[in-house]
Amino acid sequence: MDIFLQQIINGVVLGSIYALVALGYTMVYGILGLINFAHGEVVMVGALVAYTVMTALLPTGLPPVLLALLALLVAAPVCMALAWIIERYAYRPLRHAPKLAPLISAIGVSILLQNLAMMIWGRSYHAFPDILPPLHYDIGGAQITLLQVVTILLAAGTMAALAWLIQRTAMGQAMRATAENPAIAALMGVPVNRIITLTFVIGAALAALAGLMVGANYSVAHYYMGFMLGLKAFTAAVLGGIGNITGAMLGGLLLGLIESLGGGYIEDLTGGFLGSNYQDIFAFLVLISVLVFRPGGLMGERVSERA
Amino acid sequence: MKMTARFLARLSCPKKDGRMHWWVWALLGILLAVMPWIVAAGFGNTWLRILNFALLYVMLALGLNIVVGFAGLLDMGYIAFYAVGAYLWALLASPQFGLHWPMWAILPLGAGVAGLFGLLLGAPTLKLRGDYLAIVTLGFGEIIRIFLNNLNAPVNITNGPQGISAIDALHFGSVSLARPMDLGIVTIPSLVAFYYVFLMAATAIIGIALRLERSRVGRAWAAIREDEIAAKACGINTRNVKLLAFAMGATFGGVAGGLFAGFQQFVSPESFGLLESVMVLCMVVLGGMGHIPGVIFGALLLTLLPEFFRQVAGPVQQALFGKIYIDPESLRMLLFGLSLVLVMRYRPSGLWPSPQRQREIDDTQRVDAPAAMPVRHQ
Amino acid sequence: MTAHTLLRVSQVGKAFGGVQALKDVSMTLNRGEIYGLIGPNGAGKTTLFNCLTGLYVPDSGEFVFDDQPLISSAPDKTVRQGVARTFQNIRLFANMTALENVMVGRHARLRSNIISDILRTPFNRREEQTTEDQALQLMRYVGIAHRAHDLAKHLSYGDQRRLEIARALATQPKLLCLDEPAAGMNANETDGLRQLIEMIRLDGISVLLIEHDVQLVMGLCDRIAVLDYGELICEDIPSVVQKHPRVIEAYLGSGAHA
Repeated sequence: MDIFLQQIINGVVLGSIYALVALGYTMVYGILGLINFAHGEVVMVGALVAYTVMTALLPTGLPPVLLALLALLVAAPVCMALAWIIERYAYRPLRHAPKLAPLISAIGVSILLQNLAMMIWGRSYHAFPDILPPLHYDIGGAQITLLQVVTILLAAGTMAALAWLIQRTAMGQAMRATAENPAIAALMGVPVNRIITLTFVIGAALAALAGLMVGANYSVAHYYMGFMLGLKAFTAAVLGGIGNITGAMLGGLLLGLIESLGGGYIEDLTGGFLGSNYQDIFAFLVLISVLVFRPGGLMGERVSERA
Repeated sequence: MKMTARFLARLSCPKKDGRMHWWVWALLGILLAVMPWIVAAGFGNTWLRILNFALLYVMLALGLNIVVGFAGLLDMGYIAFYAVGAYLWALLASPQFGLHWPMWAILPLGAGVAGLFGLLLGAPTLKLRGDYLAIVTLGFGEIIRIFLNNLNAPVNITNGPQGISAIDALHFGSVSLARPMDLGIVTIPSLVAFYYVFLMAATAIIGIALRLERSRVGRAWAAIREDEIAAKACGINTRNVKLLAFAMGATFGGVAGGLFAGFQQFVSPESFGLLESVMVLCMVVLGGMGHIPGVIFGALLLTLLPEFFRQVAGPVQQALFGKIYIDPESLRMLLFGLSLVLVMRYRPSGLWPSPQRQREIDDTQRVDAPAAMPVRHQ
Repeated sequence: MTAHTLLRVSQVGKAFGGVQALKDVSMTLNRGEIYGLIGPNGAGKTTLFNCLTGLYVPDSGEFVFDDQPLISSAPDKTVRQGVARTFQNIRLFANMTALENVMVGRHARLRSNIISDILRTPFNRREEQTTEDQALQLMRYVGIAHRAHDLAKHLSYGDQRRLEIARALATQPKLLCLDEPAAGMNANETDGLRQLIEMIRLDGISVLLIEHDVQLVMGLCDRIAVLDYGELICEDIPSVVQKHPRVIEAYLGSGAHA
């Protein structure tokens, strides 16, 4: 089996999930300049709601694909409503507060959601049902499962749709105008508040999809899963250049690859000193190096304090 | 709540010249001295332990307050410095390497090493804007924890997730605080002895923090917090002064960490997770960022109240419903999260802000000063 | 460089993206002078200020101040060398008292360090006391001593301008750079400001002044430089500048630009 190719495949799958989540961070950042710290928890809620719906409907004997679709149809609105509430009550009142305030509020929301989820779903890991038959294909000595193919295609499709939405529609134009300058956009008749809400809600829909994908690909859902995932997706957004949609997709893929290859080869690289249990530090190392050496990310704005 | 805050604000500077009456100090001193005996007698050793932890958290919160409250740099990986101090103690005074260094050597070393880590973290991140700094420091904290968790192979340094046990307790010469101290007339129980040591350390740290606040470097920190560009234009070397804040804050964390290890006699990576960082941050923010009495209050409140919940929420549910519906631990965290959101929204300068900020809050009905302060767009 | 030259600006250039904000700007400022810098909006006046005070790094050229080159990108060192500034849109430390604002201005001239701050050495106590006294004195000097213990953000607009000047003076500058200090002031306040600037000059501090109020500039400045589209179009005494054809063109606009 070709390990290198296998790691690349795994990396791309992981990366497309990161990209989906990273989009949520980047869109909100682009418009509000806010790191929506709670976004990872929205993904977690998406995954757990999807899990609940699927396990509840499992006895009906419906085909798993249909179950997954139904799960998404429930999870997405739940996540969207959640994002709407978060924006409305935790962020909007703080829009003109000192810059640490919204971030601290976001951290609060994150803790709140985590513990609510723990109360509802408990502390245990939940086995996520299969959503597709366990088929797999061989390519060049590596394996790719049907689920992985679908994940990549779905992520790509969703992102293409989002790009179209933002670049080609009137709503997208309003979003871009708001990101550029909310005050002027408001003067031009753009309903800024509605656009901001919309941004959060779209990000949440993507998060629900991402949650379902994570659950399906890794077969678990857990109240704590959003935290690391969120951090990594945020890293991906920064890597690509935060505020930049294409950047988020690129950053997601790249981070997925770095983690996958890094985790796979770290033992050889360090002569066995560091094992694959250090996989998680790659994201942080990438994050810190990007911010220090290329603060604009691959294709974004500057993030250092400017004059 | 507003009333309480106002009362506290008044209590903190009752005389015109801003100094407290001497008898307030004397009363406070006596109260603090007899406190452990009362607590031990009235509530038992569990609460005395909690009180000792509260003192550790006071030190931590004051350390973080230097970074977040004074200099306005949001550090979310602060607990890493606590970890550094604790593990340093654990490695130099335990069977792990067979070392048993004396306290007077390890504590300052812990402070110094933690300070060095502070510089290490600060140096590459100083140029970053506030929110990025938060994420990067968070990452730094996690990296430290991941290393502590995994540095048991191939060379066993930290003993991995099991942690290090049988650590030497705090000791003065051959007198260990882990055993009751017989002074002839009275025997001081171990927990009480720890209390006194922690109280002394906390008092020293409070003193240092108070002095730093009203000093050249303290003003420079505040200036950077308020407007970095203007601070530069006032001749402040913002890079060095920020580094100093990181290092100084880290030092406090290192000392507290050492004391923690010498008290608990056991350390494991679990004690230094992100939630601990968040908790210390909550203490600073809820108490009143930058206001030392407020931060102390925040630290005490957030250590004692959740413990109270933990002790009470379970039994109360049991009594009322005959069953525990909500796990007290998650209820505690839930309330943390909720209070962060609510405080940011309704009392952004904390429950006990400095008298100056208190005036601000009282002034909110007044029309804001003419549009003189520039609204800065990032 | 003659003995009475305080600042020499040599061929300073700065571009942002494709926009050339400053093109080979050269000028000299003499000791004891009040020197005006005028030009239409976007002419590059504030950019020049930012380059001079180390907030921007110029692409080319250099500043020689008091016979020493100024190190670009090190605002704190520039302050130590004796250049202080105010900002066009007032940048005070809003949540500190007025007095504390001025005390921050003393920062570069103080010798306490973090150790002496913690130990409260006798030296440290003395220095703190002197700093406070000096700050109060400066506030009296600019006429806002009665607001010393108010938060900076609660001061009136005119007082905030004065406070910013006091804070700049606290750095013990040889050259004080004022970026549109009269903006938004009424005639009365402007007049007070004029007196203050003249007093500062009499105390031996040179003043570099960006200002839109033509009357104020013409009446106050010994010499004036005019920038237009990043270029220096003339540098002379007010009466000459006033009649300079390119200045009139730049201000009144001969067709092309507003």
